[in-house]
Formats: sequence, C-alpha cells, structure tokens
Amino acid sequence: MKKITVFKKGFMDVIPLTIPVIPFGIIYGVVGVELGLSPLVTFAMSFLIFAGSSQIAFAQLYTAGASPLVMISSVLAINSRHFLYSAVLAQYLNKLNLYWKILLSYLMTDQAFSVSLSYFKKNQKKTFSHYHMLGSGFTLWLLWQISTLLGIVLGNVIPEALGLEFAIPLTFLSLIIAELKKYDHLLIIIISGAISLVTYNFPLKVYIILSAFVGLVAAFILTTKYKEISE
Amino acid sequence: MIWFWILIAGLVTFFTRYSMISFINPGSLSNKTKKILTYVPSAVFPAIIFPAVFLDKQGLLVTVDNPQIWAFGIAIIVGYYSKNIIFIITSGLVSFWLFSYFMN
Repeated sequence: MKKITVFKKGFMDVIPLTIPVIPFGIIYGVVGVELGLSPLVTFAMSFLIFAGSSQIAFAQLYTAGASPLVMISSVLAINSRHFLYSAVLAQYLNKLNLYWKILLSYLMTDQAFSVSLSYFKKNQKKTFSHYHMLGSGFTLWLLWQISTLLGIVLGNVIPEALGLEFAIPLTFLSLIIAELKKYDHLLIIIISGAISLVTYNFPLKVYIILSAFVGLVAAFILTTKYKEISE
Repeated sequence: MIWFWILIAGLVTFFTRYSMISFINPGSLSNKTKKILTYVPSAVFPAIIFPAVFLDKQGLLVTVDNPQIWAFGIAIIVGYYSKNIIFIITSGLVSFWLFSYFMN
C-alpha cells in the first residue's frame, strides 16, 4: 500500500472522533484568554504542550498563582496515561528511526493511539503502517491548533446549551465498544470506571492513572488465575 | 517566567509520550506483559468516561433524572449492535438533547 493511502486511512479513521475536539479547543482558547493569559501564550501552549486537559489545568493553576511544582506535577499526573500508550505502541514503532519516534510521540493523543493501534494490530507486516499514525495524529493536531485559534479570536461561538462536552465520553465509549462484549475486558472497564468515580476528587487529577493502574492489576490477576477465560 | 514553565510542561508531556517507545525493547517483553498491555484501552478510557457521565460539575454523583445517563445508555445499545462510531456519537448527542428537553 502506498504511503499516502495509509496516511489517508489514518485521517479517515480519526475524523469521527474529532467531533468533541473542535468545541474543546474553542473552550480552551476562550478559557485561556479569560483567565488572563495573552493570546500568544494561550496559542503557544497548544503547540508546545498539545494536550487539552493539562493545558486547561496549567492555565488555571498558573493564573491562580500556584507553585511551579504543583503545575508541573499536575501536567505529569494528567498525562501519565501516555506512559501506557507509549508502552503499547513501542511494540509497533520500535523499528523506526529517531525522527519518526520523536514525531509520532509528539502527535500521540488518546484518539490517535486508539485508531492507529487497531490499524497496527491488523497490518503488522506492512512497511508504511506508521503513516497511519502520522495521518491520525496530524489531523488531530491541526484541528486542535485551528480550534484553539478560533476560541482566542472569536470567543465562545458554541452555545453552551448544546452540551457538546457530552460528546467526549461518547467518543471514548466508541473506542471501547467492541470490548464490552468480552467478559474479561468488561470486568476491567467496570473496575476502572468505579475507581475513577471514587477517586475523582483526589488532588492533582490522579484519578485517571490510579484507575488505570487498578484496572491493569485486575487484568494481571485475571490473566494469571483464569488463563482459559482471557483467551 | 511563564514561557519557561510552559516549556517544562511541554517537555514533561513529550516525555510521557516518548518514554516507552524509546526505552522499551519489545523483544524483551514477556508474553504475559504483552497480554496485559492489550487491556490498556479498557483500563484507561473508563476513567475518562465514567466521571463525565455519572458525576456533575461539582464531582457529585448525578441522580436518575439526569438526561446524560439515559442518553449514554442509548449510545451503548446503539453501539453494541452497530459498532459504528458516528452512530454512537450522534445517537448519544441527539438523545441527550431530547432527554434534556423533555425531562426539564
């Protein structure tokens, strides 16, 4: 398959998942400026950090006068799920040269990780499979930059009554919908979800990585004790 | 000073993404580890989904008269049978709007 074909496939696969990305980017742009950051700083964060929730957390903490240690550890806690994505993708990307690894790491997001992982699993032998993640990652990156700019320039053009932030859990639901039919995965999903509700108010937004950790411990126990179920 | 801390935040974020891709040699991973890594989406994504559906803006559990629980239920049913991303998101959003309209 040609490089451009694989790139386009990555673009096509990620497009449905970008529905909440645009309003979220606009909201970030609006919030950044409202909090008192300059338009340039607000936009630069989308470019230099490129991670929505941690950009909003960073902007809130900075303008509230939090200490740098708190700011940076919040960013680390929110993004620590990337360690797990990175470990999963390493199995498919380790043959690439340094520049590709740096580029695809920079473009790694929840959505790009999910759609490109599905592609990698099905197309392990293909030489240009990494172009899929370039397609999915770049599409998301570009939309994030554009929507941030729109938020900064136009202000909030999306009516709050639409409740578009509800599209965020819906897109993540669509990423694990196939797993709901597998009992082992369903169990992990319920465990992780329950832990996230209980630990949601813990400091520094550690609930995501904490829930993931408990979920993976459960997966470890499950695969150790019930090998026959997990296959 | 803000530029310095943005740069650090950017580097920290990049490090979380780059870390394992660079340091893990997949050949050294045991089959067991690889098997557990297949559960990563099922372990991470619910932590983003559940609070967004079952908690309100104050972080308290929502009650059964909250439209988003019902809309989410519809999206699960639609997704379970269609496995189609667009169907899941649109059915969830549209039923959220309908439930919000009729339940108010």
